[in-house]
Amino acid sequence: MGTRNEALVPLGFSQRFRQQKSNLGWLFFAVCTALLLSIPVVTVLYSVTLPTSDIWAHLRSTVLADYALNSLVLAVGVCLGTSLIGITTAWLCSAYSFPGRKLFSWTLLLPLAFPPYIIAYTYTGMLDFAGPVQTSLRTIFDWEYGDYWFPEIRSIVGATIMISLVLYPYVYLLLRTAFSEQSSSLREASHMFGVGSYKTLFTIILPMARPALVAGLTLVVMETLADYGTVHYFGVPTFTTGILRTWFGLGDRVAATQLASLLLLCVFAVILAERYSRKAVRYQNPAKVQKGWRYPLSGTKAIAAIVICSLPVLLGFVVPALQLGAWTLRTAPEIIDYSFLTLIINTVQLAVIVTLIIITASAVLAYGKRVGTHFSIPYTVNLSSMGYAVPGVIIAVGVLLPFAWLDNTLDAWLQQNLGISSGLILTGTLISLAFAHVVRFMAIGLNSVDASLAKIHRSIDDAAQLLGRKTFERFASIHLPMIRGGILTAALLVFVEVTKELPATLVLRPFDFNTLAVRTYELASDERLADASSSALLIVAISVLPILILNRSIIQSGVVHGAQT
Amino acid sequence: MKSRSLPGVRFVLGVCLCLLGSLLSAAEVNVYSARKESLIKPLLLQFAEQTDIKVNLITGKADALLQRIVSEGKHSPADLLITVDAGRLYRAQQAQALQPIDSKILKDSIPEQYRDPAGYWYALSLRTRPIMYAPDRVSPEDLSTYEALVDASWKQRICIRSSNNIYNQSLVASMLAHHGESDTLAWSRGLVGNFARSPQGGDRDQIRAIAAGQCDLAIANSYYLGKMLASRDAAQRSAAEKVRIFWPNQKGRGAHVNISGAAVARYSKNRASAIKLLEFLVSDDAQRWYAETNFEYPVKAGIRTSEMLENWGKFKADILSLHQLGELNAQAVMIMDRAHWK
Repeated sequence: MGTRNEALVPLGFSQRFRQQKSNLGWLFFAVCTALLLSIPVVTVLYSVTLPTSDIWAHLRSTVLADYALNSLVLAVGVCLGTSLIGITTAWLCSAYSFPGRKLFSWTLLLPLAFPPYIIAYTYTGMLDFAGPVQTSLRTIFDWEYGDYWFPEIRSIVGATIMISLVLYPYVYLLLRTAFSEQSSSLREASHMFGVGSYKTLFTIILPMARPALVAGLTLVVMETLADYGTVHYFGVPTFTTGILRTWFGLGDRVAATQLASLLLLCVFAVILAERYSRKAVRYQNPAKVQKGWRYPLSGTKAIAAIVICSLPVLLGFVVPALQLGAWTLRTAPEIIDYSFLTLIINTVQLAVIVTLIIITASAVLAYGKRVGTHFSIPYTVNLSSMGYAVPGVIIAVGVLLPFAWLDNTLDAWLQQNLGISSGLILTGTLISLAFAHVVRFMAIGLNSVDASLAKIHRSIDDAAQLLGRKTFERFASIHLPMIRGGILTAALLVFVEVTKELPATLVLRPFDFNTLAVRTYELASDERLADASSSALLIVAISVLPILILNRSIIQSGVVHGAQT
Repeated sequence: MKSRSLPGVRFVLGVCLCLLGSLLSAAEVNVYSARKESLIKPLLLQFAEQTDIKVNLITGKADALLQRIVSEGKHSPADLLITVDAGRLYRAQQAQALQPIDSKILKDSIPEQYRDPAGYWYALSLRTRPIMYAPDRVSPEDLSTYEALVDASWKQRICIRSSNNIYNQSLVASMLAHHGESDTLAWSRGLVGNFARSPQGGDRDQIRAIAAGQCDLAIANSYYLGKMLASRDAAQRSAAEKVRIFWPNQKGRGAHVNISGAAVARYSKNRASAIKLLEFLVSDDAQRWYAETNFEYPVKAGIRTSEMLENWGKFKADILSLHQLGELNAQAVMIMDRAHWK
């Protein structure tokens, strides 16, 4: 949260009430939006009240502990991994100057273009026992199975590394932003007092950037817990695979949804605990930000910096992209046909629709949170962004159940009263598909817009209000122009995520509506990795474009938006 | 000006007429398929061409598709549900999402054990799950049954994929049907004890692991070996060439088989077209396509299969009635949980 000052002029009760009242229209709209977006998550949570089946006893006595432990280990591991990469690279690129710094500052974002499951497939293809790397090792040294040790890629450690490699850009992006907004005079002062740069990072810089780090890690943890593709492929039993196994294997959808609720409640608890722990602390940067000064690095130190920054780019983007490229070259002539054009159009179309809805809804909600004084409003708003921690398939169920009910109820009513049938308007159309995506990725948009808004000092709102500006007027003429950057960040990140999304699309899409992710999944799950590479590479290519735009906008404005929540 | 705008108007009118025409003439059938697009679309296109019935397709996981049909209720556009195992068809029937079909063509084409007694679902192809072995390290004389794989001599020599996979769930369900719970649990524990590595990857990965020497035996669906042998990728071909198929339990009940199958949805609006499509899928041409393109076994007798399938030899298939696989699926998953089969 940014700073939160009360109005400059002390207000009496009646004035406060009037202030509140003038916002009522917007608040009403915001609360309605939040409630609408909460429907799937509430549907999932509602399952807790349903009677439990005896499958729970079985789960408790056999696999539940494994699911919980593995999910925990994975979440903690990915947090450590993304922090390690994200903090180091963001710090190097912000505080030091060394050859290639500018190049790294944007290439470090590229791994974001890889969906976790695709990087997992790609590395497995390379590093597996029967893959080219180990096979060449065996040929060169004339080894047999068991003669040598090689790290097992398909393990929880492997999954942690794979997911960290593609999710660290969230931490990197938000921290780089935060660092760039801190005055470099802090670093200079610390340097002059002879404090080492590590100590400066850990005692001054990082604690000040805590909200940004937490915002990044929250996204990382939620995405990790919702990941299905990677852990499933690696045979690591986690909550997500357990949820799907309970539904598909044991045939108990209710128990599966209850498992998902359990996961959600854990995420809730972690977020609340974190909020509580920094409740008393306010994060305020010096009003005048001085920029530009960086420690110059040379010699071995510069080389070390280059190596450290290039490793995540190489491992998280270049190597897997080259492998996909090699596969594509081999298979493209047989795989690519005109249907690819439709796939691209569908993918982009869905991504654009969802992005537009999310940024609009984010603006409505974030601003509603700002003008609303009732304590329940932040909770209502946050509930609408919980979908990010729910596996896509479960979100799909959370959308399907209420929408189908609505469709059937509407149809029954129309038939009874007007004698016409409306059929299914929501389910099986782009509406339900887009809605599911909005719910799934709302957190990204809301986090980013919310953070931009938080940086605008409250005194501006108060001044505008004293001048008699209405809520919408204030937003449109004052806040909106100031949070443009945050909205752009939100839009681009959401676009990338929708392009990569798979499970919800699979369940909810209309007839003959395929996306690149669907095509990739179908071929890859049929164990045709090389054939899946063309569409996978296209997903990466489509995602790289917004990432580049994002970076350009950051560099141009000199400030990165959406760093703090 | 007027004459210039005329072609534009004509074009728009033409498009409108075409759209109207397609709306009026369109006999349609909506397919919810758990079979991947590439493994069903060619047949659907062929059907559309022959009959002028437009086929709309969505693919996905069977249970998710079933959930969708159930939620959509009586307005569901689904006409035909295609799955890749009998268990899911049974589950759909239990969820009252299907309707019985009485078709002479279907009954004549499909042997009794491969269709529902009441006509709720029909098998389209057979998928077998034999033992595969490395001929340089394993003599086929040492192999006999699935049951014998728990023998201590196979310690650390067997590869198989995760128990999340439906093929393994069906295999264990078939063990349950034949041997009951306690024997199946003991068998699962014994098998897990003989694993060469923690279960991972798909069936092709198990075949590759045999070729690379990581294990000597695997249980995998036969068509995966077929696809690898026919692959454009030299590495896949050479791996597959190092592996042989052994048909287990030939002196007893026969090798485990599952099916891919289809059923007409309960609220199907295009019932006649759906039945037509079903009948098309068991026609000789379509049946041959399964064998030649996907290396599955035709469900219809007397179809000439591909050369590769002929090479693998004839085998006796387990005659267990397939709906039992569906009934016992949940119990099978629980047993695998208890046996720590990941």
